Amino acid sequence: MLKIPYYPGCTLSTVAKEFDTSAKDSAIKMGFEIEDLPQWNCCGATFPLTPDNIMGLTAPAKVLAGAEKAGDTLTTLCSVCYNVLKRTNRVLKDDKEKLSTVNEFMEEEYAGGVEVTHYLEVLRDQIGFTKVTEAVSRPLKGVKTAAYYGCMLLRPFEDMGIDRAEAPTIMEDLLKALGATPVFFPDRVECCGAHLAMDKPDIVSKLSGNVIDSAAREGAEIIVTSCPLCQYNLENTQAESGSALPIVYFTQILGLALGQDEKTLGFEKNKFSPLALLRYKELL
Amino acid sequence: MSRIGVFICQCGTNIADTVDTEKVAEEMKKIPGVVHTQDYKFMCSSPGQKMLKEAVKKHRLDGMIVSACSPHMHEKTFRRACESAGINPYMCEIANIREQCSWVHHDKTKETGTVKSLDLTRMTIERLKKNQPLKPNKIPVNKRALIIGGGIAGIQAALDIADGGREVLLVEKTPSIGGNMAKLSETFPTMDCSQCILTPKMVEAELHENITLMTYSEVEKIEGFIGNFRVTIRKKARYVNEELCTGCGDCWDKCPFKQDSEFEHGLKKRKVIYTPFPQSVPNIPVIDAPNCAMLQKGKCGVCAKVCGPKAVDFEQKDIVVEEKVGAIVVATGYDLMPNEHFGEYGYGRIKDVINGLQFERLASSSGPTGGKILRPSDGKEPQSIVFIQCAGSRDEKKGVSYCSKICCMYTAKHTMLYRHKVHDGQSYVFYMDIRSGGKRYEEFVRGAIEKDGAMYLRGRVSRVYEKDGKVIVQGADTLSDSQVEIEADMVVLATALVSRPGADTLAQKLGIGYDKHKFYNEYHPKLKPVETVTAGIFLAGTCLGPMDVPESVAQGSAAASKVLVLTSSDEMIKDPTTAIVNDFTCNACWDCVVACPYSAIEKTDIKDREGNVIRRLAHVNDGVCTGCGTCVAACRSKAIDLKGYTDEQVYAAINAF
Repeated sequence: MLKIPYYPGCTLSTVAKEFDTSAKDSAIKMGFEIEDLPQWNCCGATFPLTPDNIMGLTAPAKVLAGAEKAGDTLTTLCSVCYNVLKRTNRVLKDDKEKLSTVNEFMEEEYAGGVEVTHYLEVLRDQIGFTKVTEAVSRPLKGVKTAAYYGCMLLRPFEDMGIDRAEAPTIMEDLLKALGATPVFFPDRVECCGAHLAMDKPDIVSKLSGNVIDSAAREGAEIIVTSCPLCQYNLENTQAESGSALPIVYFTQILGLALGQDEKTLGFEKNKFSPLALLRYKELL
Repeated sequence: MSRIGVFICQCGTNIADTVDTEKVAEEMKKIPGVVHTQDYKFMCSSPGQKMLKEAVKKHRLDGMIVSACSPHMHEKTFRRACESAGINPYMCEIANIREQCSWVHHDKTKETGTVKSLDLTRMTIERLKKNQPLKPNKIPVNKRALIIGGGIAGIQAALDIADGGREVLLVEKTPSIGGNMAKLSETFPTMDCSQCILTPKMVEAELHENITLMTYSEVEKIEGFIGNFRVTIRKKARYVNEELCTGCGDCWDKCPFKQDSEFEHGLKKRKVIYTPFPQSVPNIPVIDAPNCAMLQKGKCGVCAKVCGPKAVDFEQKDIVVEEKVGAIVVATGYDLMPNEHFGEYGYGRIKDVINGLQFERLASSSGPTGGKILRPSDGKEPQSIVFIQCAGSRDEKKGVSYCSKICCMYTAKHTMLYRHKVHDGQSYVFYMDIRSGGKRYEEFVRGAIEKDGAMYLRGRVSRVYEKDGKVIVQGADTLSDSQVEIEADMVVLATALVSRPGADTLAQKLGIGYDKHKFYNEYHPKLKPVETVTAGIFLAGTCLGPMDVPESVAQGSAAASKVLVLTSSDEMIKDPTTAIVNDFTCNACWDCVVACPYSAIEKTDIKDREGNVIRRLAHVNDGVCTGCGTCVAACRSKAIDLKGYTDEQVYAAINAF
């Protein structure tokens, strides 16, 4: 079985455990395995925007150095980890001077030989969405699903390159492969408010509220995302506002379609579970 | 032994102040081969030149040195004097003792200047001893001109050349001439109807006895050089006999198949047998072969059945013709930036987000809505329109670095047209700067704002999305420092002007330069704005870069005047200082062929009596060679020399130092 080195990251090891497990179980159903790096640390959670902030690069560089021992690719799920690792990797590959400076701070040496890919890219480019469809045993027929990308998965476009920044389709293509009906809504690449949840929650309420309203207006029944922070902000905002759209990780929906037992998918952790809807649609 | 005369100019006090010209004359007399020397106040004056000519006769001179100003100033003057005195003009050389000596030395004792003048003159004398008399090259000139591109610039050039009495071949890729200007509704700043001013010119081009139109044709190959181009043109199959067709329109009325109209930018359908627009020139339809059921599957043929004069011919094939012309004008025009560049504006996804040319079609009385401004999505009259300028322009990150130049003006025009047609409609314009340089242009924009109520907002738009049948535009107003959100019915993007796809391949065929945006390079941006580095090929219009109609017309006329100058005589006289290959030492490495920026060097075969190729050699075409000397430097076997600047001459000069 194809084994791909995998970086879970802090959030997926703690509060977003369901994101991690559903992805792992789904991978096996599709004929590959994602394998935790034997040792890893926090990615740093923010990519340093000052060019001479070398210290900010060391945490993700350490992750990459560890990944290099495991293979030439590293996949991850959390949008933020993906963003930080991919951008750091690009900086270190392009700027040999920075790479050697960073290496001086670390016990291990990173040579620049790792390719960072998102789980979605693995599905699209290595497995192929047609193969995913073949593995589907419980097609999500008629479920209007809105894919919410947020910022970190796509931007900055030159660095990430996973899809078109303004009009991405990778998640919608996956949803189609699962038999669901993707809902293209205007705010799917807008910001949820991110860390402002800490000190300016009103801004998060406004931005996340816009996202939910926009998806609801287009008839979405479920929102999927690949970012734990987006998921948190959207759910919390919705809890205040009173609407009840399920907001889940795309891997949870993927697991459902691939026929995993819904009890293992961690929906009990979601404030708004999609199970009732799916039972109503007689898909469960 | 040569008989050289040396003439030292005092240039008033310009030279004489720091150079002892008398001493220079004195000293030069001692050099073997010099039979006469003389200094004088103004060599270039009439008495000075008369003196030169007399000296030539009196001393039977066969060569002459004038130690004076830069050859840029008076080389021609003195060479002409030589010629009229009976010696080959290329046996006259200039030693520059003004710009390169007297003007840069301030030693009033004249010592420094005199020593240097002695050196310069002596070197030139030794150089002259190795000179060969040269004869100007005469090149026959074919008086026909080829124009590539039938937009307004090409049409203007064609008409001017034809009116000048020369034959013109106007080649256009699409089925009709007219170009982008034919799509416009009104033109700024006078608001006259575009078609009303363009179509008479189109018809004139069609009827002009000196103009041959070749529409639906493409240039495939260009060979030869100035005055003597051989052009291969593919005349694509129209599947309609041009001789028989009367343009009655029965065929396209009855054709059952429809495709998006290129001319209407997708706002309307056209038939598969079609003319792009009602005023097409020529008014002869073409069949869109890939979409024709008869041509693809052998079923249908309705057009042939209804055609009275039996002009439809499904058997027609492409015809490839070779034409000989003396000059070429390239006027291939522009395109708008494709829509995938504007994800955040929803262009290509949201139906009511359109580009400037689409708006022109909506506003045009011959357009898809008959001149009514209606939304493409539901055909309703929009109550508000947001215009977004610089969509792709001045945006190195996502689009192009340059300013598209015409958008500020046409957007102002759009707001006016909109207000004139929808009286209570409100237009909003997001702009970076308003660039309205041009005669009556600024007044025009002020009119749009002050009389026609366009609301100008300085700032960029971040996103455009649909909500409840409206198009929501979010952007910044940097003058009030606030974020704005406008619920509009329609959005018009002033998308960047870009070069035509394939502009680079055409440039390679022509041997002309282009920039990183694939706009063609003029020879000199200020002083040779319509010439190219390749002699005999001229440029006009937006293939050079964004420009408006008046500029395109001016360039068309400018290129035409260049063509008329070139074709004004049967022969063209060219300077003989061209490169020449030594057949004995050329080893056919072709480094020179690669190095030559003008494609002036050809590979030739030397054959024995049986016709077998025994050697290959580089050969310089004197018609194309400009004498730049690049090949001389590139030649590793030193087989190339530049006439008038041979290695022998240069070494002789150096050795005399």
